[in-house]
Amino acid sequence: MKNKKTFMWLLLSLLVLAGCGSSRPVNTEQDVLTEQTENEDDGRIVVGFSQLGAESDWRSANTASMKEAFSINNGYNLVFNDGQQKQTNQITAIRTFIQQDVDYIVLAPVMETGWDSVLEEAKEAKIPVILVDRMVDVADRSLYQCWIGSDFELEGKKVCEWLYQYTLANDIPSEDLHIVDLQGTLGSTAQLGRSRGLNEAAIEHGWDIVALKDADFTQEKGREVMSELLREYDNINVVYCENDNEAIGAIKAIESAGLTAGADIKNGEIMVLSFDGINREALAYAKEGKIACIGECNPLHGPRVAALIQSLERGREPEKFNYVEESIFSTLDDVETIKVDGIEYVVASPK
Amino acid sequence: MEKANKESIFKRVSDTNLLLSITIVVFVLMYIGAALILGGAFTKPQAFFNILNANAALIITSCGMSLVMITGGIDISIGGVVALVSMCCAVYLDYHDGSIFGSVLIALGIGLAYGIVQGVLVAYLDIQPFIVSLAGMFFARGMTTIVNTAPFNVSNEKFVALKLTRINVPGMGSTNKLGAYVPAYVEIGVVVAIIIVLVLFVVLRWTKLGRSFYAVGGNKQSALMLGINVKRTKFLSHLICSVLAGIGGYVYFLHVGSGAASHAMGMEMNAIASSIIGGTMLTGGVGNIIGTLFGVLSLSTIQNIVSSAGFDQAWWTGITIAAMLCLFLLIQSVIMANKKKALKAV
Repeated sequence: MKNKKTFMWLLLSLLVLAGCGSSRPVNTEQDVLTEQTENEDDGRIVVGFSQLGAESDWRSANTASMKEAFSINNGYNLVFNDGQQKQTNQITAIRTFIQQDVDYIVLAPVMETGWDSVLEEAKEAKIPVILVDRMVDVADRSLYQCWIGSDFELEGKKVCEWLYQYTLANDIPSEDLHIVDLQGTLGSTAQLGRSRGLNEAAIEHGWDIVALKDADFTQEKGREVMSELLREYDNINVVYCENDNEAIGAIKAIESAGLTAGADIKNGEIMVLSFDGINREALAYAKEGKIACIGECNPLHGPRVAALIQSLERGREPEKFNYVEESIFSTLDDVETIKVDGIEYVVASPK
Repeated sequence: MEKANKESIFKRVSDTNLLLSITIVVFVLMYIGAALILGGAFTKPQAFFNILNANAALIITSCGMSLVMITGGIDISIGGVVALVSMCCAVYLDYHDGSIFGSVLIALGIGLAYGIVQGVLVAYLDIQPFIVSLAGMFFARGMTTIVNTAPFNVSNEKFVALKLTRINVPGMGSTNKLGAYVPAYVEIGVVVAIIIVLVLFVVLRWTKLGRSFYAVGGNKQSALMLGINVKRTKFLSHLICSVLAGIGGYVYFLHVGSGAASHAMGMEMNAIASSIIGGTMLTGGVGNIIGTLFGVLSLSTIQNIVSSAGFDQAWWTGITIAAMLCLFLLIQSVIMANKKKALKAV
C-alpha cells in the first residue's frame, strides 16, 4: 500500500521534471527559429554549423562572426552546435543536421581524420558541406563543396618579409640575426605553414635559426621554453612565436631574465614576432612595441562563408579552396608596406 | 534465515523493475516531447536509428559497466580500452595489412587480458576496483599513444567495406527534401549491441550465474551463506566487463574508422551515467540491462535535442544529464529507505 503511494508520488514528480526538461528549450528564441524552419515557407536558408569547441579567443571570435553573418536579418536560420572538442559530438551534430534537412552544413572539424562516412551521408542527402578553418583528410574530395580558411604559410612569409624590410631599413646585416622559433602544436595546419614560412625566408636571406622548439600554442609553455632557450643561448635576438599566447609567455620569460623585449636589436633588445592578433593582451603589447610585428590570422569567416553560400544559391560553382584576407600589424613605422608573392600589403597599426 | 535472504533478493528484483519502468517512461516522454516540439528531425525513423548507430559502442560498454555495478564494483578503464583497441586494430589493419578476423581477435584479446588482470586484482587480491581500473585507464591511454601517436584513417579496403555496410530496416524510411526515398538503416555494430543486450538480459534474469551477480552485489555475507563463490563471481563480472569493452572498442572503431588517442574520452563516465539512469544502483544488487539500454538512449536523446534546438551553449547537455542523475539517485535512495522500513517491520 505504502509502496504504491510512493510510486505514484515518484511518477508524478517525474512527469513534472520531464515536463520541465522538454519545455526548457521552448522558451528560447533559438527554438522558435527551429520551429519556423519546419514551415519552410519563410524562404530563409537553413545553415547547420558544427563548431569544434570554444578553446581560444580566436575560436570565440570565429563563432561570433558566423552567428552574425547567419542572422535572421540576413535571411538565414542558423542551427549552431558546439562540439566541445569531441569528434563524436560533431558527427552526431552533422547527422542531426541531415535529418533536419538543412540547406547547407558548415563544419569546423576538430581533427582531420574520420569524416568519410558522415560526409558521404551528407552527399547522399545532397547537402553541400563547407569546411572552415581546418581541413579534413578524406580520399574523395567531392565529399565537401569547398574549404575556407587562412593561408598559414603566407602569414609566415609576410612576417618574415616584414623582418627583412626592417633589417634593411635599420642597416642590420642578415648574418647578425639569431632567431628562435617557438612552434605551435606540432602537426597542426597553422604550425606547419608558419614554420615553413620562416624556414624558407631563413634560407633565402641567410638568417641563423638557433633553435626550433614546440611551445604548444600556450602561454605557459611559451614562457617555459623561452626561459630554457635564454639559459642555453646568449645570442638570441629574435623570437618567432607561432601565436599570441606563446608571445605573451616569451615576453614574460625575457623580462624575468632581466632582458628587454623590443625591436632595438642593436642595443640588445630581443624582438618578438607573433601571429593571430586577437588576444587583447598581445595587442596591448604590440601597441607598447614589445611585440614588434603580428601576422593577422583572421577569424571573421562568417561573411566569406555567407558569400560562398550566396554564389551556390545562384548555381555557381565556387573555388575549392578559399583564403580569407589577412593583414599585418606593427606600431613601428620603419616599414610601411611589404610585398609577398607579387602582392603588396600595407602594415597597419594594431587594433 | 535462508528464506529471508531469498525474499530480500526477490524484493530487489522488483525494485529493479520499478526503476526500469521509470527509465522507459522518461525516455518515451522525452522522445515524444522532442518530436512534438522540435518536430522535423525527431519524427523520422532514421533519427532514432542514428542514435543507435552512434551509440552502439556505448550500449555495449554500458552493459559491462552495469554488470560490474550490480556486483558492487566499478570499472573506469573502459574508455581507455576502447581507444587502445581502435588504435591497435587501425595499426594492424593498415600498417601490417591485417585481416578483419585478426583485428577482431586483437580486440577480444585486449579485452580478455584487461579483464583477467583487473579481475584478479579486484577479486582475489581485494584491491578497490576504482583504483585498479583508474590505473588501467591511464595505462590504456598511455599505451595507445605508444602504439601510434598521430590519429589516422584506416584505408584497408575490406575494413572500409565492412564499415560502410548498412542493414536496411524493412518497412521504414523517409523521403528527403529532394523527394528521394531513403530507407532507414543500422550499422553492423547495432546488431552486435542488440545481441549482447539480449544475451546479458537472459543471463541476468534466468541463470544461476546471473542471480549470483545480484546476490554478491546485494549482500556479500548472505551470498557466501547461500554458497556462492563471491571471488569467482566478482572476477567474472570484471572479466565480462573488459571483454565487452574490447567488443565495444571494435564497434566504436567500426563506427569511426580511425585510430586516435583521444577516442572515447570520458566514455566510462557516460557508461556510469547510463547505468544509473537505467536503474542500476552504485551500491550494487540492483540493476537491469534493458534499463541500461534505455539509459544510453536517454543520454543521447538529450544530446540530439540540444543539437537540433541549436542551443548556443553545449553545456545544456551536461546540465540536463546532471538533473536526470540527481532524479534517479533520489528515487534510488527513497527506495532504499522504504526497504529498510519494510525489513524492520518484518
